[in-house]
Amino acid sequence: MIFDALQYEFMRNALAAGLLASVICGIMGTLVVVNRIVFLSGGIAHAAYGGIGLSFFLGWPYLVGTIGFSFTAAIVMAAVSLKAKHRADTIIGVIWAMGMACGIILLDLTPGYHVDLMSYLFGSILAVPPSDLWIMLIVGVLIAGFVICFYKDLLAISYDEEFARIRGVPIRALYFALIGLLAITIVMVIQVVGLILVIALLTMPPFMVEKYARSLLQMMIGSSLLGAVFTICGLWLSYAFDLTSGAAIILVAGISFFLFFLVDHLILSRRHNPESSPTASP
Amino acid sequence: MQDQKPIVEIKNVWFSYNGRKVLQDVSLTIRQGDFIAMIGPNGGGKTTLLKLMLGLLRPDRGSIRIMGRPAHKASHYIGYVSQDVHLNRSFPITAIDVVLMGKLEPKKRWGRSSARDRREALEMLERMEVAAYASSKIGELSGGQRQRVFIARALVTQPKVLLLDEPTASIDAKGQAEFYRMLQVLNRDMTILVVSHDLVAISTHVKSVACVNKRLHHHHQAEITGEMLEEMYPCTDEDICPVELVAHGLPHRVLKHHGD
Repeated sequence: MIFDALQYEFMRNALAAGLLASVICGIMGTLVVVNRIVFLSGGIAHAAYGGIGLSFFLGWPYLVGTIGFSFTAAIVMAAVSLKAKHRADTIIGVIWAMGMACGIILLDLTPGYHVDLMSYLFGSILAVPPSDLWIMLIVGVLIAGFVICFYKDLLAISYDEEFARIRGVPIRALYFALIGLLAITIVMVIQVVGLILVIALLTMPPFMVEKYARSLLQMMIGSSLLGAVFTICGLWLSYAFDLTSGAAIILVAGISFFLFFLVDHLILSRRHNPESSPTASP
Repeated sequence: MQDQKPIVEIKNVWFSYNGRKVLQDVSLTIRQGDFIAMIGPNGGGKTTLLKLMLGLLRPDRGSIRIMGRPAHKASHYIGYVSQDVHLNRSFPITAIDVVLMGKLEPKKRWGRSSARDRREALEMLERMEVAAYASSKIGELSGGQRQRVFIARALVTQPKVLLLDEPTASIDAKGQAEFYRMLQVLNRDMTILVVSHDLVAISTHVKSVACVNKRLHHHHQAEITGEMLEEMYPCTDEDICPVELVAHGLPHRVLKHHGD
């Protein structure tokens, strides 16, 4: 069972990385989902590939180039979505595509190096070095501190931006801080678990919890726990059946996601008209 | 009461948006105890005028003073209840936490709300007769209950005037009458300006009516009288008289056509 697997150090590290990613994504994902910036998060995550290309091309350390590039792209996207709300999705789409293309071209131009696109997409959670775990822990503490410090303000701008502005909440500063932190989070977590798993953990647990949570805090805690359950189940499946771990975690999350909404829908429709069977609905 | 210092003083305000004139030489004075209905067609500038009062927009010309101070430095004097249609219904927040948002102060940041704030928020919900739903999620309430929660949120900020932007948009007809009666009670010690589409529903409750269609015309009695309609004519010659657009519920003979 899972305890068997834990006698290997790489499994313990993978589990720790997965749990840290779950908590980080649970907190940030809650803010992403309630602020409806899932698309912007996707944009940041893909634009990060441009940063990877830039790092290799210029011979910079990986994190410096990637965080620099993603952070800049994220701030541009944040500025656009504050300024021209109705065109924000288009601009984000452009930056998204440009970031990916830049990354690939820059890697083409880098002599003798060919980075594996798959490891960027799905990460390599089974090969996480302990140093990365420390970096994730620091990012996690940073995020938790930010959220605790600005909880009421974040709640206000997420729920009713106009009211928050009238009450004197520094909306622009907080929005940029949120997006900047999101960029750092995404780059850090991508490095460990891959782009696809980041998007999955950012969106699925918060969306499932949202309906049942009574506060942002509950939603953050619930999302983190749910993400952790998915991670543990996925890792165990990948160990037991020799599957790609990142994909296994996402598949567990995705199947739970759809089962959850199916069950939720059935319960709701039965509550609304108790006598009709759920299969009778068109 | 007339010689008292006005709460809101709008003087000859002009505002255009993307080169299109939205407001033209608008003046309006709101005094203590007023209950004004602001009516007019969509795009006539009602919401723009509210945003100008809140200091979210700045006028091109003219001045807006709230309690004698420029509007963008005085938004804390205004209790604002926005249209709730743009808010996320499934947002994880309870009614009492919505009200506590009104207690938000940029300087106080750490930790949970103080017990005094919570008590005050609960008292305000009681006054709005929705205290029973204090710990319900906001999305589970009916449109009318939700509006009462938003009014409670505006009231805990201890405003000098309450501005409501089409508060009855998500309330059914029966609830609307009840809602306006509640506002009438509230008006005993609160100055109110309410933006509405439906003049007929509101006319028996308010004290005066302001018609906004680029220009503003303030009718000091609420009843829709022939005299008031006569008064509408000087509004503008080229613009459509605002009342013609909003008074759908009235018998047609009440309305005279322009230029007949």
